[in-house]
Amino acid sequence: MFPNPTPLTDSNPDSLFKRLKAGLARTRAGLAALWSSSSVDNTSIDALETALLRADVGIEVTALIVEQLRQTAKQQPQIDMRACVTAQMLRILTPSTPPLTLPTSDKPCSILIVGVNGVGKTTTVGKLAKQFQTQGCSVMLAAGDTFRAAAVEQLQTWGERNQVPVIAQTMGADSAAVIYDAMQAAQARCTDVLLADTAGRLHTKSNLMEELKKVKRTMARQNPHAPHQVWLVLDAGTGQNALQQAEQFHNAVGVNGVIITKLDGTAKGGMVLAIAHKLQLPIRYIGTGEAIDDLRRFNAEEFVHALLDPA
Amino acid sequence: MFDNLTQRLDQALRNLRGIGRLTEDNIKDTLRNVRLALLEADVALPVVKALLEQVRVRAVGTEVLKSLTPGQVFIKIVNDELTQLMGASNDELLLTVTPPAVILMAGLQGAGKTTTAGKLAYFLKTRQRKQVMVVSCDVYRPAAIAQLKTVAEQAGASFFPSETNQLPAAIAEAALKAARIQHADVLIVDTAGRLHIDSDMMQEIQQLHEQLQPVETLFVVDSMTGQDAANTAAAFAKALPLTGVILTKADGDARGGAALSVRYLTGKPIKFMGTGEKLEALEPFYPERVSARILGMGDVVGLVEAAQQHVDQAQAQKLAQKVKKGGFDLEDFREQFRQLQNMGGISSLLDKLPGMGQLPAGAASAIDDRQVKRMEAIINAMTPKERRKPDILNGSRKRRIAAGSGTQVQDVNRLLKQFDQIQRMMKQMRKGGGIQRLMQQFKGRMPPGIG
Repeated sequence: MFPNPTPLTDSNPDSLFKRLKAGLARTRAGLAALWSSSSVDNTSIDALETALLRADVGIEVTALIVEQLRQTAKQQPQIDMRACVTAQMLRILTPSTPPLTLPTSDKPCSILIVGVNGVGKTTTVGKLAKQFQTQGCSVMLAAGDTFRAAAVEQLQTWGERNQVPVIAQTMGADSAAVIYDAMQAAQARCTDVLLADTAGRLHTKSNLMEELKKVKRTMARQNPHAPHQVWLVLDAGTGQNALQQAEQFHNAVGVNGVIITKLDGTAKGGMVLAIAHKLQLPIRYIGTGEAIDDLRRFNAEEFVHALLDPA
Repeated sequence: MFDNLTQRLDQALRNLRGIGRLTEDNIKDTLRNVRLALLEADVALPVVKALLEQVRVRAVGTEVLKSLTPGQVFIKIVNDELTQLMGASNDELLLTVTPPAVILMAGLQGAGKTTTAGKLAYFLKTRQRKQVMVVSCDVYRPAAIAQLKTVAEQAGASFFPSETNQLPAAIAEAALKAARIQHADVLIVDTAGRLHIDSDMMQEIQQLHEQLQPVETLFVVDSMTGQDAANTAAAFAKALPLTGVILTKADGDARGGAALSVRYLTGKPIKFMGTGEKLEALEPFYPERVSARILGMGDVVGLVEAAQQHVDQAQAQKLAQKVKKGGFDLEDFREQFRQLQNMGGISSLLDKLPGMGQLPAGAASAIDDRQVKRMEAIINAMTPKERRKPDILNGSRKRRIAAGSGTQVQDVNRLLKQFDQIQRMMKQMRKGGGIQRLMQQFKGRMPPGIG
């Protein structure tokens, strides 16, 4: 892609950008050739591999997809490659997208939102509140992020936008206690869904992960089935580290849903394939902007198509 | 954060043993492994290709000197290229202008701009004694202004208030005026997170830049970013005349490839990295150390500096005396733990040591900072007399100590056993010639040199 890399000292962002664009154009052309040709050769495989790696799919799953494509091509030389690759990806993603069913009797249905710093947890909670309200559910929010400056105010703003109650204490309060309070309040008011926001934490910080486990234990004390859902929020821009995040959060609090945010940029979120492949976690929603309606149910087919079309 | 990458590179390089000259053929596999390692580390594909090409051109035909192994020669080449790619040295902030020196923060949503603005204010205030003012032009994200206000208070910087119904340009203008009147040395302007493909928002920040004429325009990027770093970095560099990059969340286990990508695609130095939740967790970025760490050579310079900064020299002298004379007791043992904590805990020290990449995965994480804290707690639960004379600890005392420190009697016993071993080691050292014997014991356990 960079046949003659220039020395860094005089690198000009403009020309770099142009070269990057040119590189992308080549990938696009390569992929277009791949989709139209009916034989699998090294050029088309290279184009596919490049596209997948550039989408953060990761080495393991990329190798898997390429290998399967080679196998299929050996058996039947005339194949629709795009359909073949799409089918493979859907196979990886589909077992991990069972329909979401929230309990109807065991109110409130409590959903704990977790993730590393800056992935968009609070924004997602705000958007989810709207989604559930549109479905006719009453919603309450719990400001479990008691660490980051102004996180409580941020959630309260989302509460006002949705006109739903927000249970909050001051900064520095015990996150588990806030959420426990919120569960009691939700129960008292017969609220359908309680969305509990938490502070962003790196999955490598054992003390913060312990705190999260405590939040979960405390919720279970109020209702043995709580939290009914634990959803991990991932930034689509994250690379291979997303898998570590998913693994660590899953080990700590048993994640049973993933939400991918910021898919409105050029990031493809390909690491979702690695996560689905390894952990079989269902992908629930995708976030596509900052507005309250910018949250959609995850659709595996749409996702795969977007991923295979180089931006 | 670079551990996993280090592991992969170690393995790639081990295959290079016992050859006399690097050729196209014998480095092919190794190059492929290096490629995989870099890709797995989230280095953007175009950057990987460029780097490998440079390495290949330099490596082929290189004679392996008798005194070196092929691995060492190759590692030197890769290290040189990595270091070159990361930039030659840590570039500090250039604030030598007529005050106020304006620093403009730019980046995607959730990269950590506001937190970093606070950390930077704290850094400039404590390290360079600057009068810092901060202002938020983020009128979009709920409570973004309130967030900056809180971190500004924590950092001891003055905060210029703004409202969400104001225009960013108006806020910037008013803040600049206020900074001049208040004789602030530095004005840090926080901005809203924006997507590089959102042309309205990119235009907005271009206007802000035009208006503020900042001396530093810093691109804040999440170190966990994947391949998209290539797109975003290039787009931001195109829209704004960036002067530097700040890498955030570098205390996780991300492999840090984004650092390479962003450095290459913006052509601008990485000036700082954020390494924790606390306000003081912002470190100057030293590229040569980081690329050496990627290759498993360890950040020895960083270790020495950390030690000098945090270890109380007088305390250390006193301890050395005690070791010489005997009489190293549990008080001293506890002092060791405390100094260790001051240096950023065991894990951050291990991170800097050479050869850590060759430890089996998980071994390093088993050495837990919590263990150290627990051991300190056990000693804290003892009476001064017990600390001076651990021999008097009987079953009942141990039970009391365990209860007092929230541990088990076994933990107390384990601590005493470790203390005993250390004491015995010190006795050997005192006897003379002991150090050699000690080294003998350690031999074979030390990580073997690479190559």
